[in-house]
Amino acid sequence: MSRIDTTFEKLKQQQRKALIPFITSGDPAQALTVPLMHGLVQAGADVLELGVPFSDPMADGPTIQRASERALKNGMSLRGVLDMVAEFRKQDTVTPVVLMGYGNPIEAMGWETFAKRCAEVGVDGALTVDFPPEESHEAFEHLQAHGIAPIFLLAPTTTEARIAQVAKLARGYVYYVSLKGVTGAGNLDLSAIEQKMPLLRKYIKLPIGVGFGIRDAATARAVAKQCDGVVVGSRIVQEIENSNEQNVVANVGRLVQELRVAIDNEKE
Amino acid sequence: MSYNYPDLSGHFGQFGGIYMAETLIPAVEELRQQYLRFRDDPAFKAEFAYELKHYVGRPSPIYHAKRLSDDLGGAQIYLKREDLNHTGAHKINNAIGQALLAKRMGKKRVIAETGAGMHGVATATVAARFGMECIVYMGAEDIQRQAPNVFRMKLLGATVVPVESGSRTLKDACNEAIRDWVTNVESTFYIFGTAAGPHPYPMMVRDFQCVIGNEAKVQMPEMIGRQPDAVIACVGGGSNAIGLFHPYIDVPDVQIIGVEAGGHGIASGQHAAPLTANSKVGVLHGNKVYLIQDENGQIIETHSISAGLDYPGVGPEHCLLKDIGRAQYVAIDDDEAIAAFDALCKFEGIIPALESSHALAHAMKIAPTMSKDKVLLVNLSGRGDKDMNTVAKLKGITL
Repeated sequence: MSRIDTTFEKLKQQQRKALIPFITSGDPAQALTVPLMHGLVQAGADVLELGVPFSDPMADGPTIQRASERALKNGMSLRGVLDMVAEFRKQDTVTPVVLMGYGNPIEAMGWETFAKRCAEVGVDGALTVDFPPEESHEAFEHLQAHGIAPIFLLAPTTTEARIAQVAKLARGYVYYVSLKGVTGAGNLDLSAIEQKMPLLRKYIKLPIGVGFGIRDAATARAVAKQCDGVVVGSRIVQEIENSNEQNVVANVGRLVQELRVAIDNEKE
Repeated sequence: MSYNYPDLSGHFGQFGGIYMAETLIPAVEELRQQYLRFRDDPAFKAEFAYELKHYVGRPSPIYHAKRLSDDLGGAQIYLKREDLNHTGAHKINNAIGQALLAKRMGKKRVIAETGAGMHGVATATVAARFGMECIVYMGAEDIQRQAPNVFRMKLLGATVVPVESGSRTLKDACNEAIRDWVTNVESTFYIFGTAAGPHPYPMMVRDFQCVIGNEAKVQMPEMIGRQPDAVIACVGGGSNAIGLFHPYIDVPDVQIIGVEAGGHGIASGQHAAPLTANSKVGVLHGNKVYLIQDENGQIIETHSISAGLDYPGVGPEHCLLKDIGRAQYVAIDDDEAIAAFDALCKFEGIIPALESSHALAHAMKIAPTMSKDKVLLVNLSGRGDKDMNTVAKLKGITL
């Protein structure tokens, strides 16, 4: 059983929801990414989404765009991200790590090499924002061969036929984008998520994580009630941006703890 | 020769496709279905033809640049005068086609990206013409370079949004327009300016621009009794080029030459010529194409004197035409383009756009090596009025 499946299985038994924070690798500094990853786990994260910075992050709002720019300025590359996961795995062999980003850095490396390296360093899943199922044949083949879960996005605009298609291809969990917009947008619509969930559940038998627009403990708690995992990205990246290198791990840890408490108390 | 691209999934060989975030996939699918529905609809075709004739002023003439040709002493240079279109470039052909489609799809808000500003002006123009709200995204760097076009768009009622991210040029304007689209996907039609992006854009933009080549195919025999020996056009994303080239693909005796922006020279690394520089295949802005990138797959900032060619990618059909050898791609650097710009002003009384000057420069380069009975048809894709600031600055003149 993969780390992702084991993690969600355990959470299910405990009747808890997954907390899935996102950080951009190399932001604010390459040396701080692995300490941040450990800090996130200590603060209660169940799965880590590790952003691979890209020069043209079309699906991201200003906060994650700036994080990508900082990371690239710090010399971050896909190779470097994979090395960081290897470093992280020296101390943590349990927490699933999912790489999230755009397809071109992987295209440049080659999907076969990428998938092989992922398996070697202990990456569990890969989410490429701009590679829909239609264009993922090659990617899927190599990820499958190396036991890396392809994580797919579903959106409010996704049709029923596409939900069914993704349900067949997806492994690990499915990431539902809660709103029409870029990451970090503020227009979270809880009732729309609630309405969409039965249709998603009809086809998707994997855990469903929901992200985009989760700003604080209250929204995290409200979203957690409706799904299996809460993805928080821009809010955490904003905390990184507002911190300095000395207090960033502590500040991010505090924020993630608050979210953890909120999610665990979803029934209140 | 059987040439029939793209395939049903929007691929030109290995190129093209629909590399978009999930939220936009249903939007491009809807666009594909609607386009296929109206493409062959007689009423749609009639309205498009009417607008091209009465609003744009088509057909655009072909002009024999005789004094320039005589001076060069070789092949005869003919110009397809897209610069004489309403709004001053070929961009209007596509903008009208997409606006007519937007109207039929009930979209009241249109967005666009623009580099040199010509596509922005064309979109602002058709938005005014059809009563639509218009938002144009433009790199802050390009806003500086193309100030007159910014003012034109505003006069036409468009909102011009400066894009400060990345290299602050065309690719960043594209990113920002895509972000707008993903946010306003139901109300908004994205009038994409070039024959690139996710399927169906490369096919649809090409089809709308093919009026250029289709006219030329009729006009050249009328003028000289035969087709030209070569057709030549500048290639950024490549919409004016594919519009001229596509109708000539199945005419084997006509050589097809695309001219990319060589910037400071291919060797300098500061250029916008992915085909000529043998850049690797990559994925950006919804399609798989040859792409200027570093070894880690990050997009590198490009350079060209011409904002309209200053883009790291190129349309997928040009990538295919290169691979199958049906078209040849070359680069012209900034200095050669300026020299061609000056020559056309001097010999013919025509001020070309800096983009089109690249195509002209290549024709001027090869004409002297050819005999006088050979004919080169150059797509003069736009006029140079918008480039006054850039050219004046280069010549050390303050306007």
